Amino acid sequence: MELTLAIAIGVLTGSGVWLLLRPRTFQLIIGLSLISYGVNLFIFSMGRPRFGAPPVLLTDGAINPADYTDPVPQALVLTAIVIGFATTALFLVVLLVSRGLTGSDHVDGREPR
Amino acid sequence: MGWADQILIAPIILPLVTGALLLLFDERRHFLKAMVNVVSTLLLVVVSLVLLNFADAPVGNGAATTGVYLLGNWAAPFGIVLVLDRLSALMVMLTAVLAVASLVFSLARWHRSGPHFHTLFQLLLMGLNGAFLTGDLFNLFVFFEVLLAASYGLVLHGSGALRVKAGLHYIAVNLAGASLFLIGVSLIYGVTGTLNMADLAVRIPAVAAGDRMLLEAGAAILGVAFLVKAGMWPLGFWLPNAYSAAAAPVAAIFAILSKVGIYVLLRLSLLFFGAEAGASAGFGNSWLLFGGMATIGFGAVGVLASQAMGRLAGFYLLVSSGTLLAAIGTDSVAVTSGALYYMVSSTLTVSAFFLLIELVERAQDPASDVLAVTMEAYGDDTDEDDIQDEVGVTIPATLAILGICFAGCGVLLAGLPPLSGFIGKFAMLTALFNPEGLAPGGGIAGGTWVLVTLIILSGLSAMIAMTRAGIRTFWAPIEGTVPRVRVIEIAPVAFLLVLCLALTVKGGLAMRYMDATAQSLHAPASYVQDVLSAESLPGAKTEAAQ
Repeated sequence: MELTLAIAIGVLTGSGVWLLLRPRTFQLIIGLSLISYGVNLFIFSMGRPRFGAPPVLLTDGAINPADYTDPVPQALVLTAIVIGFATTALFLVVLLVSRGLTGSDHVDGREPR
Repeated sequence: MGWADQILIAPIILPLVTGALLLLFDERRHFLKAMVNVVSTLLLVVVSLVLLNFADAPVGNGAATTGVYLLGNWAAPFGIVLVLDRLSALMVMLTAVLAVASLVFSLARWHRSGPHFHTLFQLLLMGLNGAFLTGDLFNLFVFFEVLLAASYGLVLHGSGALRVKAGLHYIAVNLAGASLFLIGVSLIYGVTGTLNMADLAVRIPAVAAGDRMLLEAGAAILGVAFLVKAGMWPLGFWLPNAYSAAAAPVAAIFAILSKVGIYVLLRLSLLFFGAEAGASAGFGNSWLLFGGMATIGFGAVGVLASQAMGRLAGFYLLVSSGTLLAAIGTDSVAVTSGALYYMVSSTLTVSAFFLLIELVERAQDPASDVLAVTMEAYGDDTDEDDIQDEVGVTIPATLAILGICFAGCGVLLAGLPPLSGFIGKFAMLTALFNPEGLAPGGGIAGGTWVLVTLIILSGLSAMIAMTRAGIRTFWAPIEGTVPRVRVIEIAPVAFLLVLCLALTVKGGLAMRYMDATAQSLHAPASYVQDVLSAESLPGAKTEAAQ
């Protein structure tokens, strides 16, 4: 599972960085989204992912923490997803405004000569 | 816990509530919105004065008074804490002062040139104050995003193709920076298992040797995110464009945005990698030192090369960021204290300058700047014939006042005596030449000489650029193009410059505060102990248990 997760994070982030360096605004926003997916998975993986272990303590009695997975990264991922979603939406609006004002989807607002 | 203890969260709650309240009013009720905003911002000044007083209260043998606020009544490593010490109180105070100046300036006309200016303004203040007060790494990310989201809206305020283009770059760079921030935070969490800054300071010396590389990688990635914000070379190319494109009052409050990066770097590098950090002590200091020096060099060249004054101010911000980064990198108490003084002075000055630029340039044709520089390059000896006619031209009062403010800004930016820009630089240079434990007749390291030279040369370049801009603006022929300036617009500029003057006159008082701040920053043990020993309230706990 670690290998699959690592490859997924690597592919997402790598593609994201490549797209980020492209000159079109649409490529830019897709690149940023891919990077943020990669980063979210990365945060998740920092809690030592395990199969079948609940993150929430259920019993009132004595608790063995080793039976549970770390809930903190999951909470962090949720926050990061929400914030990433909001900023991407905001960025999308700016892209559209830029397209409307300049008539070009180049990040500099004009085509390279 | 009485109301006096609750005041610690007021700098966050107050702008949040005001910002939300302002959303409810119709966009056409400018006056009402402006008044609510002004009242709230003035309240913020009062609150931050109280906090400053609290943080500076002498307790015991010069130890820091750390105010700790447990959110949700959870004790320190488990819940999120707000922490008030001298540094955060200083930053909150600086934010409030800049907010007043730029808000009053915006009331003249800018606040009507786009929707939701007041709400975004208050949310920006909330994000700034939260970032300065929080004691939790992930909470810092959240407040960072709050202030960035508000700043995205503000940088586009007033619209126009130029702003949208600069805003697009600004947002893209900061979104990429936010991803780096998250990677750094999660790496640090993965290694240490905590996000509380004080708890991290305790755990980092105990990290196993095998994990140390991961921890340092995390800290470095986190550091890059803040260096992007602070504008270190080569991460700061976006800064002059975005700041010079923003509306004047927005640029004035943005002057403190780059200082957020500096603040976090200063706090975290001393807390995590201070003298007590074991194997990782001093991690990243040489990067900060050399990166800072490169930034000063790049900024100084940029200041000289700028044709428009907005870009001059933007590049000067890079110079001041570079100076502060290099000062953090030297890792000395005395240099830090000088740097803090310099930071306050330069932030106030740049903010005043951003406001002043708009007033000065109002009279000018936008193309005349370029024309003037071209004329300098090719020589203009065509004007010499009509010199005799101009005997005894009266200078309009507006231009005289603008000129005085401009000269004040110039002296402050260049760091010439007698104003506070000089004192800040002088304090840093003195400390650089007298490092702790310097033997009589002992030499000073080569890197220090380079830094000293760069600091002085950057002052020179600022002076040359300001003189050139001033001559072009104020000694140009007066042909009926006196800018129309309202009192409400020049007053904030004067207010900020008078604050710099007060900082000069009361220099001893200010330096004593900065010294105490630097000392407690370099000895974080009492900060850590105060945060971790803060107990949750017993009364509330029993209520929860029932």
